[in-house]
Amino acid sequence: MTSIADHPPVAVRRPLFRRRSAIPGFGLTLGVTLAILSTVVLIPLFAVALKAGQQSPAEFLADAFSQRALAAYRLSFGAAFIAAAVNALFGLITAWALVRYEFPFKGLVNAIIDLPFALPTAVAGIALASLYAENGWVGALVKPLGWKIAYTPLGVVVALAFIGLPFVVRTVEPVLRDLSADVEEAAASLGANRLQTLTRVILPALMPAWLTGFALAFARGIGEYGSVIFIAGNMPYKSEIAPLLIIIELEEYKYAGAAAIAVTMLGASFLMLFVINLIQAWARRRG
Amino acid sequence: MTISIQSVAKSFGRFPALNGVSLEIADGELLALLGPSGSGKTTLLRAIAGLEFPESGQILFDGQDMTQVSAADRRVGFVFQQYALFRHMSVARNIAFGLEVRKGADRPSKAAIQARVEELLKLVELDGLGGRYPSQLSGGQRQRVALARALAVDPSVLLLDEPFGALDATVRKSLRKELRRIHDATGVTTIFVTHDQEEALELADRVAILNLGVIQQVGTPSEVHDAPANAFVCGFVGEANRLEGEVRGGRFRSGDIELASPGVADGAATAFIRPHELTRAAAGAGAFALTVERITPQGPVLHVEGRTADGRRLEAAFARAGGLGFQPGDQVQVAVERAHIFSA
Repeated sequence: MTSIADHPPVAVRRPLFRRRSAIPGFGLTLGVTLAILSTVVLIPLFAVALKAGQQSPAEFLADAFSQRALAAYRLSFGAAFIAAAVNALFGLITAWALVRYEFPFKGLVNAIIDLPFALPTAVAGIALASLYAENGWVGALVKPLGWKIAYTPLGVVVALAFIGLPFVVRTVEPVLRDLSADVEEAAASLGANRLQTLTRVILPALMPAWLTGFALAFARGIGEYGSVIFIAGNMPYKSEIAPLLIIIELEEYKYAGAAAIAVTMLGASFLMLFVINLIQAWARRRG
Repeated sequence: MTISIQSVAKSFGRFPALNGVSLEIADGELLALLGPSGSGKTTLLRAIAGLEFPESGQILFDGQDMTQVSAADRRVGFVFQQYALFRHMSVARNIAFGLEVRKGADRPSKAAIQARVEELLKLVELDGLGGRYPSQLSGGQRQRVALARALAVDPSVLLLDEPFGALDATVRKSLRKELRRIHDATGVTTIFVTHDQEEALELADRVAILNLGVIQQVGTPSEVHDAPANAFVCGFVGEANRLEGEVRGGRFRSGDIELASPGVADGAATAFIRPHELTRAAAGAGAFALTVERITPQGPVLHVEGRTADGRRLEAAFARAGGLGFQPGDQVQVAVERAHIFSA
């Protein structure tokens, strides 16, 4: 048996990864995280930047900011933004209905919402294109009004709205579920009407999750390719999205040009997501 | 404001929560609704607030029928067990909420609202914490904010649903005194729900005891404690030894314990004996032996647990003064000074 005297206490200064903690595994989990993030995300993106960097600055600017590319960015970011905004509104209402009410086939509705996650995007694109074409069910309905949906920028918005809906529903839903009925009753007992309760109590509490859902739908929309190309018509300067332009450049063996457009999109997307995150952090701090 | 509840009934599905409840609450009164869970006390409170609507019966505020008026139009202050504070608003904005949602001429000026908030923060002793958010406060502080928020609208009646239920014992005690002080300072008619009889007896002017959706007794704390209307109230309010037995010819008998039971009909009956109403006695008529098993000091009394000769467990409370002169294992002679006997 060893006595305590044999082992006088020694103050050991352990490195950050070796500190004792009630939740062990910091070193391991952080290591795995960085490894995955590097191999799957960072290194490919770095390769894109490297490829784009092979050009001279003048060539890069000419490729990245040609008239055709600018029109494609406008369409991609604009349509993604509009689609995300539409989804934010209808996703919120859908989440509300799912959380607050009981209705027949609720489980079925719940499952359908996730379909856009699972469905191959090309299938969605073809289905949407045939529905919204001038001779499709929906297209024929709006044709007398002089509207054209498929093969116009409007078609791009429709496809992106389809893709993005579950992001908003699934981020808002759990927060709404956690929001206790007490809070609404408290507002009512203090004299607030339904509209005031909604705008002053419920929506501010949902804001961080709602913004997250919007950001996810928006980001997904910017990068979406498969469903859009079938419904967009893909006319240069009019209904051609930026991811398609990258593919066209690649097919013409202009790898550096494709990389230039990719890097520009990457930068813009990163900036926008960063700003949305800042707004979110601000909203959360107040909450 | 007087509140009159007239044969109110409400059920949830097939389960009746309130079964024809009638109750009068006087202006400026502090009333406790006491009962076990599922007794309907919270449903009654929510019906008064306009958060539930009764299926039959009427609720009158100062003689005016409010039965179908919405919560927003009743001007009641409601305090929830889990506080229900608005998490995204500062303490000051929480308190101001009821004033800020008012419309047109009803809405006080910004300066007036701010002054009212300051005044209420002082009343609940949270001066200087108006800028904090609910997440930065302790449970007791949150409940004070909830109280201030409810009082901000100058409610005609203040309703509290298990207001201290989520707090630890020390905070609960001090907030109890606080509520009494605030009630006395504002004079607002107050009704609170609790399942804690000690809380009800200590705090309220009158206590209404509910069970199974029916009011069992309404009275001052000493009335419900010392003159319980029925077996349920007797068993629920205060501690009591419960003896099942039989009444014959005005005498209650249970094993070797015999008690006078004037006015109780013959047949099966239950006797309740409060621990302090079991006293030491000389051997003789009415006295019986108790074998002491456990002695626990509780303030000015010693709590004694023991068994009778036929093995029934009884609890007694003896004054500590003068010493006891017995130990666990000893036998003492005790007599019943007073008992409450109800036919079963």
